[in-house]
Amino acid sequence: MSESFTGRVWILGNDIDTDIIIPTDYLALNTVKEMAPFGFSPLRPELASLIKEGDIIVAGSNFGCGSSREQAPEVVKALGIKAVIADSFARIFFRNAINNGLLLIECPGLSQIVKEGDEITVVPGNHITYEDKDYPIASLPENLMEILKAGGLVSAMRARNGLTD
Amino acid sequence: MGQTIIEKIIAHNIGVKSVKPGDIVTVNVDRVMLDDIMIAFVNKKFEEMGFSKVWDPEKIVLIYDHFVPASQVDDTRAYKAGDDFVDKYNIKNIHRSDGICHQLMTEAGYVKPGDIVFGTDSHTTTYGCVGAFSTGIGYTEMAGILGTGQLWVKVPSTIKVTINGNLPEGVYSKDVILRIIGDLTAAGATYQALEFCGDTIENMSIASRMTISNMAIEAGAKCALFTPDSKTAEYCDITLNEFQMNLVGDEDAVYAKELVYKAEDFVPNMACPSQVDAIKPVSELKGTKIDQVFIGSCTNGRLEDLQAAAAVLKNKTICPYVKLIITPASRKIYKAALADGTLEILSKAGAMITHPGCGLCCGRAGGILTDEEVVVSTNNRNFLGRMGTSKVKIYLASPATAAMCAIKGEI
Amino acid sequence: MGMTMAEKIIALAASVAEAKAGDIYTVELDRLMSNDGTTHLTIDMFNKLKNPVIKDVNKLVWIVDHNIPSDSPKTAASHKKMRDFAREKGIAFYEGEGVCHQIMMENHVRPGELIFGADSHTCAYGALGAFGTGVGCTDYLYAMVTGESWLLVPETLRFNLHGTLKKGVYARDLILTIIGKIGANGANYMAMEFAGDGMKSLSMADRISICNLCVEAGAKTALMEVDDIALDYLKLNGNRKPKAIVSSDEDANFAKIFDINLNEIEPIVAKPHFVDQVVAATECLGVHIDEAFLGSCNNGRLEDLRVGASIIKGKKVSDKVRFLVVPASRTVYQEAMAEGLIDIFMDAGAIVMNPNCSVCWGSCQGVIGEGETLISTGTRNFKGRAGHKDSFVYLASAATVTASAIAGYITTADRI
Repeated sequence: MSESFTGRVWILGNDIDTDIIIPTDYLALNTVKEMAPFGFSPLRPELASLIKEGDIIVAGSNFGCGSSREQAPEVVKALGIKAVIADSFARIFFRNAINNGLLLIECPGLSQIVKEGDEITVVPGNHITYEDKDYPIASLPENLMEILKAGGLVSAMRARNGLTD
Repeated sequence: MGQTIIEKIIAHNIGVKSVKPGDIVTVNVDRVMLDDIMIAFVNKKFEEMGFSKVWDPEKIVLIYDHFVPASQVDDTRAYKAGDDFVDKYNIKNIHRSDGICHQLMTEAGYVKPGDIVFGTDSHTTTYGCVGAFSTGIGYTEMAGILGTGQLWVKVPSTIKVTINGNLPEGVYSKDVILRIIGDLTAAGATYQALEFCGDTIENMSIASRMTISNMAIEAGAKCALFTPDSKTAEYCDITLNEFQMNLVGDEDAVYAKELVYKAEDFVPNMACPSQVDAIKPVSELKGTKIDQVFIGSCTNGRLEDLQAAAAVLKNKTICPYVKLIITPASRKIYKAALADGTLEILSKAGAMITHPGCGLCCGRAGGILTDEEVVVSTNNRNFLGRMGTSKVKIYLASPATAAMCAIKGEI
Repeated sequence: MGMTMAEKIIALAASVAEAKAGDIYTVELDRLMSNDGTTHLTIDMFNKLKNPVIKDVNKLVWIVDHNIPSDSPKTAASHKKMRDFAREKGIAFYEGEGVCHQIMMENHVRPGELIFGADSHTCAYGALGAFGTGVGCTDYLYAMVTGESWLLVPETLRFNLHGTLKKGVYARDLILTIIGKIGANGANYMAMEFAGDGMKSLSMADRISICNLCVEAGAKTALMEVDDIALDYLKLNGNRKPKAIVSSDEDANFAKIFDINLNEIEPIVAKPHFVDQVVAATECLGVHIDEAFLGSCNNGRLEDLRVGASIIKGKKVSDKVRFLVVPASRTVYQEAMAEGLIDIFMDAGAIVMNPNCSVCWGSCQGVIGEGETLISTGTRNFKGRAGHKDSFVYLASAATVTASAIAGYITTADRI
């Protein structure tokens, strides 16, 4: 995860809540894979079908506010999103995302600069490059990076306990 | 540079001199609380992670409260899952019918000032009433803690709330926190710690402080902290050590925001349907017809709450066709209210007194309502559909206000 | 020829001089009880009638007891329908005050009355010399609108009770023994009448418990002669005056007469899944239980709580057992509170619920799950009655239930 990567950007606004990310109705589905096509459907019903593996979401403030449903970050990850970059994240979503191996990056203001469909390059823990300009980002501590690298908390704990997936 | 209470607790826990907001650190967990709703999920994750034993059975507390008494046949599965879990991992701290988790954690002595505690329920913020850093987490993280005894946290910035003076008669800590949530808004303290101080706070009982820390999550707060004092020491049955005595926000600590209130300015408040931050003075809502009143929950189901209701209801009877449901927060509270005659007064006034548990607040039983019905409740959330259909109107209030509404049949 | 109690009460209600078993009469009802199990259906039917009227609103008593506090929006809607209707029409209405039959005994039933209840255990009212019988909501609606109904005069099984119950044996053991003896349909369509010198030793609580369970033998009603114990009860509870005090004539015609020596009765358990599957409690010793229930219209009175409290005082409920203690009414709860019984149960780790039907009704709070076993003072042990369809209910006395709650398996009080 510390290697840099480049991806196409989807722009979302402020206060993207967990009911937007995955509405309550679809939580009854058995698997996250089945839920994924309904991701972001209240806001942009077509979005889930357009997202491709390796794409990046760039959003405004308070991304992931609302309930504690762990399905929200799981759906984002299942859609193939490589990272979510936002002005800020809601607390429980932040934790649940890390625990499910979804990379979150705070980069205030970026959503006002990047245009949807453009590509950006992320050097985790260091900076984001867009149109030849670098935007610094904070580094996550090593322990969080380890969770992310392992693909989530369950996998990290399995590795810690000498198990392989 | 000075530190806030939360910074002191975290720094002490990880053995450094200071931390600052935004730092991400790994803390050693002093205690965890698991409830009946989440135990099966936690156990599943714990097994997936490949753990064969828990880090410290002594530090794990399992409490059945949402499903007590069982109202649906599948509820008892949670008991089975919990019983199997404690047997397998040799956990002794289990309460099967003693009351609400957040009441029991401090009441039964599981949480001390300065502790770091996590629970699988959003109202885990309650234990800030004794100066502990406590907050709610998901079931995956809880499984991780059970195996490792550790969790990463981001040090929150702090909002300082100062209240000085004497609260007017008929105004309680519930009215205070409702007003503060209204002022902050439902997301106003997201990721932040609330810190309460001032002589009004100092004069409050632990029970009253508990109401405030319990509801802090409704403003999005990660935790809500009170400086431990002699009342805290007595309640926790300990002598405060130097670290615990020093859990006070330093004068030169850096706060993200400061709110200052005069106690005399508070009035009886209600949170109106269906947002916790839709606060109005009771006087503006007078005359609204009601169908039911609920006094209980981890917010307001303590002895002083029942006593406040009893003071209003003594030698009176509730309005015909209105139901008053009272659910003490714990077995200990029930017994105390039995001993001092409070339950007798409440029963004679016409209240239905149920066994301690989450009751109506968690929306699974205990007085569910239907379309067009109106309930005045002392609990912490009035979200759409929380106590029945989406057409039920829920007003949140203090126990005294709620009791008065039960007599009048209207707000 | 002489008449039985049942014949006399029906004759009174039919305004005839004489009634005999097998005859059908149009009778005027004295009282009509209905609860939240079915009242919403009655109201729906009532509202579909052309120009619906209630003949005499003063005879109606409506009681919310089965699911209180409400556990779902559906239940709440049915309660609301009942409450709004009762309020509009001025029907006596109780909500959360206790189990319907206990409320009726404490407040309404008078000796000699003929009472329909939209609940099978209405036969409990025989403890006060009233003819109570359970009806469906169609019969109830007809009686509500016309004030009348038709009734087949039942034959009577007479039980002459002699002597006194031994220590540690209760009325509940007696009636379960009788049901075991005559079978679950042994009194189909009949009245069960209890008399004899043994009656003297039975309290009102005992008597209600006996009459209440007679429907489990198929009985239409149960009847007991009104004596000083019954008259004292009426005096203490609202100073009610009897409509008529009747007893069977010496030359009355009984279908069968049983003589029962009370001192021969032993602690009894009814095994799953029928009330007449009775065996000596000692035959079930050691059966693992998950839940124990002390309450219901059958055994939730002060006397029953006293029995339980005396056994559990200073002891604890077994770790994994849920011991539900549910007083039958607000009055019982307050009396138990005043006597310190509630404190004893709370100390022991019991779950003390507000007066309601609880697990006896099986969809109220306290239900049991798949594969679980309950020992209960409730009325029925049918398959699925207490919750999950694959669960097990044993019926026993307050003493046996409490003792089992302490042990964690079925046992009798003398073994604790």
